[in-house]
Amino acid sequence: MEPKVLPSFQSGSSLAVSAKKRKKWNVDQWLSFAFILPSIIAVAVFVYGFIAWSGYVSLSNWNSLVPDLSFAGLKNYLFLFKDFRFQADLRNTLFFTLFFILAVLFMGLLLAVFLDQKIRGESLFRNIFFFPMALSFIVTGVIWQWLLNPATGVNLFLKKFGLDSLWYTSVTVIPGIQWSKIQFGIPIAVIAVVIAAAWQMTGFSVAMYLAGLRAIPEEIREAARMDGATEFQIYRKIIFPMVAPITVSVVIIMAHISLKIFDLIYAMTGPGANFVTDVPGVYMFETTFRGNYYANGAAISIIMLLSVAIFIVPYLISSRKGES
Amino acid sequence: MIALAFTLILSACSKSSSSEPDNKKSSGKLEIFSWWTGAGEEDGLKALIKLFKEKNPDIPVENAAVAGGAGTNAKAVLASRMQGNDPPATFQVHGGAELNDGWVAAGKMEPLDDLYDKEGWKDKFPKQLIDMVSKDGKIYSVPVDIHRGNVLWYNKKVFADNNLQAPKTFDEFFKVADKLKAKGITPLALGDKEPWTATMIFENILLGTLGNEDYQKLWTGDLKFDDPKVKKAAETFKKMLSYVNDDHSSRNWQDASQLVAKGDAAMNIMGDWAKGYFVNDLKLKVNEDFGWVATPGSEGQFMIITDTFGLPKGVKNAKDVKQFLSLLGSVEGQDAFNPLKGSIPARTDADESKYDEYGKQTMKEFKEAKLAPSLAHGSAAPEGFVTKANQAVNIFVTQKNVDQLIDSLNQASSELKK
Repeated sequence: MEPKVLPSFQSGSSLAVSAKKRKKWNVDQWLSFAFILPSIIAVAVFVYGFIAWSGYVSLSNWNSLVPDLSFAGLKNYLFLFKDFRFQADLRNTLFFTLFFILAVLFMGLLLAVFLDQKIRGESLFRNIFFFPMALSFIVTGVIWQWLLNPATGVNLFLKKFGLDSLWYTSVTVIPGIQWSKIQFGIPIAVIAVVIAAAWQMTGFSVAMYLAGLRAIPEEIREAARMDGATEFQIYRKIIFPMVAPITVSVVIIMAHISLKIFDLIYAMTGPGANFVTDVPGVYMFETTFRGNYYANGAAISIIMLLSVAIFIVPYLISSRKGES
Repeated sequence: MIALAFTLILSACSKSSSSEPDNKKSSGKLEIFSWWTGAGEEDGLKALIKLFKEKNPDIPVENAAVAGGAGTNAKAVLASRMQGNDPPATFQVHGGAELNDGWVAAGKMEPLDDLYDKEGWKDKFPKQLIDMVSKDGKIYSVPVDIHRGNVLWYNKKVFADNNLQAPKTFDEFFKVADKLKAKGITPLALGDKEPWTATMIFENILLGTLGNEDYQKLWTGDLKFDDPKVKKAAETFKKMLSYVNDDHSSRNWQDASQLVAKGDAAMNIMGDWAKGYFVNDLKLKVNEDFGWVATPGSEGQFMIITDTFGLPKGVKNAKDVKQFLSLLGSVEGQDAFNPLKGSIPARTDADESKYDEYGKQTMKEFKEAKLAPSLAHGSAAPEGFVTKANQAVNIFVTQKNVDQLIDSLNQASSELKK
């Protein structure tokens, strides 16, 4: 339907003309518009409408069971950025996202390259790597909580070898530079959550990279070999650059998962002692639905939305440019 | 969880402007909303419902329990339903601030004075308990059970092996703890993966240090948190935390109880639902494998947690709900529910022979003791303050900075006046 509609917008024609052209919609176009109308309304109300509503609540004084929608300005946002817990959340999210994405990219590419060596039982390995994706984060969280728990899991082995078994519950932050109220650095306990999250999501990047590797024609490798390139050079100079666009996609998909993460943390460590594993999602849930701080909770949601938008919006813009 | 949170957000938002109650509840079903899904408590609830059905065969009942420890999920679901003007027929709510500063203050509850008069309940429940479910002279809910929060549980074998007596004061506690520590036994088991368990220890220390009157004054704002006595309690709390297990932040309260049951740790401070866990889940014998005393300095005091049920505004079948509430408040109803749940009845004239040794002793002490509302369980202060207090305690357990704890509590205390 686009070709017929678009010209009216392109030519800078008068309203009358465009109205006339709109009238030329035939039955098919009306029908298809009627079919997408319910979802347009649903999305408008239930997604964008509620985003706007949350934005409005985040600027109000509604911080008890009794709704109070009087305007409070940026009070809730200022409170959050001064709040110890929220500062810790931002730190944790930053390092969680960073390590999680690096781990998923590195492990994904490594395993995909191995699988691409035409090894025996390749489909079996492919399924093994991909299988954790089928679990929900809650299940992953519970399993890894048992595995890493100082009283039950692999840490008992580490203890036998004289290694510190308390890293899972450690409150140490490395290097721990004092920044505003919090210690800025990498909380050790976050690593436990990164391991669990990467274990679950690596399968996805393996699949993406493997598809990318398979799309590279064998002739290119052959040609490179003919020119005397070593296998290492082939990967570095040819293969990796060719799968680079996949890296962008994986980073964006993983970033939006990690910035919004809630269930894995909730099941595995909770907010953690001294909030070393707390994330905005958990804080939002607790402050809104336990403490009845609806406006504060809405402000956290909006901040989370904006942080995801930082990744998603440039991607959408660039992919639209690519289309046209 | 995300799906749950999302539906909550949706339903919370959808309330928007419609303030008049829309009675869209078509069925006349009596919907009983609670978070009783665990062993024991679920049996108690079912026994109650069975009893109700025998007496009122024509009223259909629906058990609308929402799973999740300490009601954290249930409370979230309830909040969105109440705000969407779709209240359940009756719901579980802790007596005290959770009821009065929450639902009653929001104008969502009907007073039940006529029911109390009709049933002659005013002298059957302790006066202090009725005060906990009243606001501005009107009574708003019916207490069904009582739990005690200031209990120190100890492993009898460990204490006997080391020739120790259960501590009654803070001095005795630290003496005992030092001896146990020297023997390589963890003196105090803690599982504060959910921070309310640490808050419970702190509230019990506050009660033991301040005494009943000053403890209550904290929640009315008549005693400030920067009072030297509160500071002293925080110092005691700090000292006590140096005797807990290293991995406390990865454990929940059941895990901590297990440490005591196995003898890896000697003591544990927890509400008396821990007794149910010891007996039902770990198969220990009351007063044989484990013993109990009031937490240091709190003898003669009763940190009370009470589950109550009320009548929300705008339910169609109010008459049926009152029928159910009168069963809840009756001796028969309380004695059907409490022995199974492991709690004690809220009425003082219940049948003692139906309860175990711990229950009998606690019932006796409940009649004599001074009652104190629990902070950690929402009876002492509004949920907003509780959430902030839990956060402050969570930070304190790690940083052990007394001034900072006092400071955070002081800041949060603006919530108390709401």
